[in-house]
Amino acid sequence: MTYFLQQLLNAMQLGSIYALIALGYTMVYGILTMINFAHGDLFMVGAFLCFIAATFLKLPFVPTLLLSMAGVALLGVAIERVAYKPLRQAPRVSAVITALGVGLFLENFTLVFSPYPQHVPALIANRTWTIGGVSISSLQIIIILLSIALMIILDLVVRRTMVGMAMRAISWDKSIVPLMGVPLDLIISITFAIGTSLGAAAGTMYSLAFPVIDPYMGILVGWKAFISAVVGGIGNIRGAMIGGFILGGVEIMVAAFMPSTYRDFVAFGLLLILLIFRPYGILGKPRPQKV
Amino acid sequence: MPLLQAKQVTHYFGGLCAVSDFNLDLAAGELIGIIGPNGAGKTTIFNLITGVYRATRGSISMNGVELVGKTPNQITQLGIARTFQNIRLFKELSVLDNVRIANYSRLNYTPLEAMLHVGRYRSEEKRVAEKALDLLSVFRLDGWAEERAANLPYGSQRRLEIVRALATGPQLLLLDEPAAGMNPNEIMQLMDFIHWIRDQFKLTIILIEHQMRLVMGICERIKVLDFGATIAEGLPEEIRNNPKVLEAYLGEGGEE
Repeated sequence: MTYFLQQLLNAMQLGSIYALIALGYTMVYGILTMINFAHGDLFMVGAFLCFIAATFLKLPFVPTLLLSMAGVALLGVAIERVAYKPLRQAPRVSAVITALGVGLFLENFTLVFSPYPQHVPALIANRTWTIGGVSISSLQIIIILLSIALMIILDLVVRRTMVGMAMRAISWDKSIVPLMGVPLDLIISITFAIGTSLGAAAGTMYSLAFPVIDPYMGILVGWKAFISAVVGGIGNIRGAMIGGFILGGVEIMVAAFMPSTYRDFVAFGLLLILLIFRPYGILGKPRPQKV
Repeated sequence: MPLLQAKQVTHYFGGLCAVSDFNLDLAAGELIGIIGPNGAGKTTIFNLITGVYRATRGSISMNGVELVGKTPNQITQLGIARTFQNIRLFKELSVLDNVRIANYSRLNYTPLEAMLHVGRYRSEEKRVAEKALDLLSVFRLDGWAEERAANLPYGSQRRLEIVRALATGPQLLLLDEPAAGMNPNEIMQLMDFIHWIRDQFKLTIILIEHQMRLVMGICERIKVLDFGATIAEGLPEEIRNNPKVLEAYLGEGGEE
């Protein structure tokens, strides 16, 4: 039982990171019906900005986090303007391929500056408490609580503010939103800024939990977060959060109770089965394709 | 100065001329109709006025401000609103939210205030929500405020679309086939309704319509389009007896 609780805590930690990244995929899909496959690499850039801020600027945790989020948000908005906006009327496949290209660019651009893996210094004093045989570290607490706080803020923004309402309206019918007096491009930029900065927050926390980072770290994590978004129902914000925790849970539990090499195989197998029964994801709804 | 002025507006889709040399001088308070067979370019004209398409040639101005080249949201803020032939509400949002979003450009708070739910955020959001609810109650839709727009009956959805357009605070309202799918009795009611909103909200209205009964009944002036060209314009009785119009509508050898 203690072992299970311990693993549950680990699952929460990994799941909250997947959930944060999945939000970026799902938000962009929601408004542009496009999968931003560069998102995993933006997560990686977030980790590298954390490394730079902590190592060279010697910043403490909070400024490091904010710097990483702000930097990646700017990068995300710039990518949308330069690479995706010209393709808004193009077939979605073109946009997706462009996103893959942007991802490769980010990986190789980072590789130029950092051909070797880097080690991220510990920014959070490592303290561990043991409660009923379950050990919990200060870093785990921070990752879980901070992720949940960010998700609550996002949920409030989307549900309560006019910008959030505009995002939901865009996901329903993009072409008539400007006729309500809403600046479409601004809302799309805000969506990219929020989505990518959440990815950067995940990158920062991930690199503190697993402190060796390299330019390709975003690929597998990005895929898993993307799958989380699909499992939750892509385009659905609460779905992405749930999907992240499910994927984190499945992965950790498989590794905990089966040979650890089965981890990805069993995790992805379960997700395939889930999608057979719920092809639109857990919270997703089938929606008529609009022209 | 006319409220809306269109000068030699021409629009091509590739090689197809959808609208050619469209001219219009619209005075404040007028109610005019644009009629014509399917594909005559009526809806294209609405799309050109609202900035959805950019006119290939010509100029459109509102209160003297040039509209060609402006984005749809800028044009909305200059006081032009429209409805659609096939109702296009945000069906997943509530009835109230459909009206609230039309107030977007008149909100005045910073994102930070919004996230923390302090300062102007509360007062502004409250003001907008109250205004939206007031407007809904004027149109007897307030009982549905929290319902998803998709669940409204057809006629109420049409009304909601007009409410949403009015919420942007327009001077000029463009109605695209408001009588589509209505029976003669409902059309009579719609005619009163359009007169009423014009007086109540001090609007100028352009109406696109197939239903001759509606157009002849309420429009002060009518323009007839065929294949993008203006083939006739004038008072309803002039249009009714114009041989070119009869030909365009009924074909040669039609009603004499």
